[in-house]
Amino acid sequence: MADFSLPGFTELIRRAARPGKTEVLAALAAERLDLEGLAALLSPAAEEFLPQMASRSRRITGQRFGRVIQIYAPLYLSNYCANRCLYCGFSAENRIRRRCLTLEEVDAEAQALIDRGIRHLLLVSGEAPQVLGVDYLAQVARRLAGRFDSLSIEVQPLGDDDYLRLFAAGITSVAVYQETYDPELYRRLHLAGPKMDYAYRLATPGRAAAAGMREVGIGALLGLNDWRAEGLALGAHLAWLRRRFWRTGLTVSFPRIRPASGGFKALTPVSEQNLAQLIFALRLFDHDVGLLLSTREEPRFRNGMLGLGPTRYSAGSCTAPGGYAEEGLGDEQFAVDDHRSVAEVCAAIHEQGLDPVRKDWDRCLQAG
Amino acid sequence: MLTIAGKTFSSRLFTGTGKFSSPQVMREALERSGSEMVTVALRRVDLADPADDIMRVLDRERFFFLPNTAGARNHKEAVRLARLARASGGGDWVKLEVTPDPRTLLPDPVDTLLATEELVKEGFVVLPYINADPILALRLQEAGAAAVMPLAAPIGTNRGLVTRYQIEIIIQQATVPVVVDAGLGAPSHAAQAMEMGADAVLVNTAIAVAGDPVAMADAFRQAVIAGRLAFKAGLGRVSDQAAASSPSSGLEFIR
Repeated sequence: MADFSLPGFTELIRRAARPGKTEVLAALAAERLDLEGLAALLSPAAEEFLPQMASRSRRITGQRFGRVIQIYAPLYLSNYCANRCLYCGFSAENRIRRRCLTLEEVDAEAQALIDRGIRHLLLVSGEAPQVLGVDYLAQVARRLAGRFDSLSIEVQPLGDDDYLRLFAAGITSVAVYQETYDPELYRRLHLAGPKMDYAYRLATPGRAAAAGMREVGIGALLGLNDWRAEGLALGAHLAWLRRRFWRTGLTVSFPRIRPASGGFKALTPVSEQNLAQLIFALRLFDHDVGLLLSTREEPRFRNGMLGLGPTRYSAGSCTAPGGYAEEGLGDEQFAVDDHRSVAEVCAAIHEQGLDPVRKDWDRCLQAG
Repeated sequence: MLTIAGKTFSSRLFTGTGKFSSPQVMREALERSGSEMVTVALRRVDLADPADDIMRVLDRERFFFLPNTAGARNHKEAVRLARLARASGGGDWVKLEVTPDPRTLLPDPVDTLLATEELVKEGFVVLPYINADPILALRLQEAGAAAVMPLAAPIGTNRGLVTRYQIEIIIQQATVPVVVDAGLGAPSHAAQAMEMGADAVLVNTAIAVAGDPVAMADAFRQAVIAGRLAFKAGLGRVSDQAAASSPSSGLEFIR
């Protein structure tokens, strides 16, 4: 099968702008959506049908995932970064306090999260292979694998052999976000460093899946570009990954740009209404995809969205390396907007009649 | 146009040669069906003999012959049959049937996969007949099958799309053509399979044993065309159930 490729971004923008009410009604009535149907639900014409989309999304999500929300938390390993990306607080030219956790410090962070009841852990770092390479990640994975039920990574794109090695070391899944599926804008936002390679990044989810990762996460940074077209690209990417890697679970994240060092402002602001439309549309397009809603969003919105489509919530997150055990030694990637504790988030989930699930994987599934 | 392993077909109705009352009725029915792909049981025909009663009446310019391994009870027998067919001029294509249970003639998934792996290795174009098992379909696709042929219902039962839901999953996931095979008893069944997005259907018994096989072949021809057209037209995508926003939407939390 051919590599993943997309139509030009202006074509995606056009396709997601063009549908009218007729196409939206047809998509809402369809059992299964193709990309044209997804485009209809992402279009401006679908905005007045948001309640209908929400209700279908709720039904599909309930049927497929049940009345549960999976809980996870990020652990930031390092904020060193060789890239210059205009939107990111870790960007190389930002004058922030940098640190990469020692293995002992990782232990302390992990313990703080375990004490709060976190069992699914997402390891995050900037891209600085000389500080944080595969050796380090494998060491961290081996150290933590017995203490958490699943370990995911959101770090620099790696090669096939690296993913094989990390899977063997206990990493369950890989998240890598394209940020924007518009190669032209991508070029303008990434000024230096290995992240400048759009194509290598685009092929990364496929590499991780091919290496046997049980789950692969994709996403676009919302606020950089036309979110409707990014949504359509995400749908196409999902569909391609599904066909090619049918053994791999898939997830999508919806990070909206938050205040960060460097003071980058969203180029095309995405409202809560837009975000909700994007989430519902992708749920209707792919009934089985895991959808993540992080602490970038505030409690009111996260509470309201419970049960409507997202299936995973982060909780109690800190985006600075070392920030759980001891505050103030390294600077954060961005400011979170939901400052509730893990316990408080779980209580809010219960209140909506949903079960916050902390363990939904087991290490023994990864042996061999 | 349907393409399988580089060969194109303008008709999406595949037919069989068994169970007809005479070779002449068979010829007339198959010609009327518009079919371009006809499966023949290797145990029934002598591919090397131009005087064979089936081979003799069918125009080889018009029909592409797909030898099948009907009767094989395990992968070894199936592979042997396929090799023999190739050796006697039957070509590289084979419809793989491994049916250890002579009562139901249901296919053996394990031996079908083993035989597919072996035959692909030997350069055959393999079209395996399978139960409507989505994971098996994916495994066969990975093993190099040129198409998958899930059954709608046990062969000869005329029960229609009993396995409808499983076939829907197979169609959603497949990267090779999906040919719904066996159990389609009426033109409406064939139309339904095509409406679901099947790439083709294979019909034999329902045509061969009809009161008027030639007229029934025509009915299936039209049903397959209609079903395909409906699929392409975007069936069932219009509804009046969805109405504009109601005041109480449950989304008041959004700012």
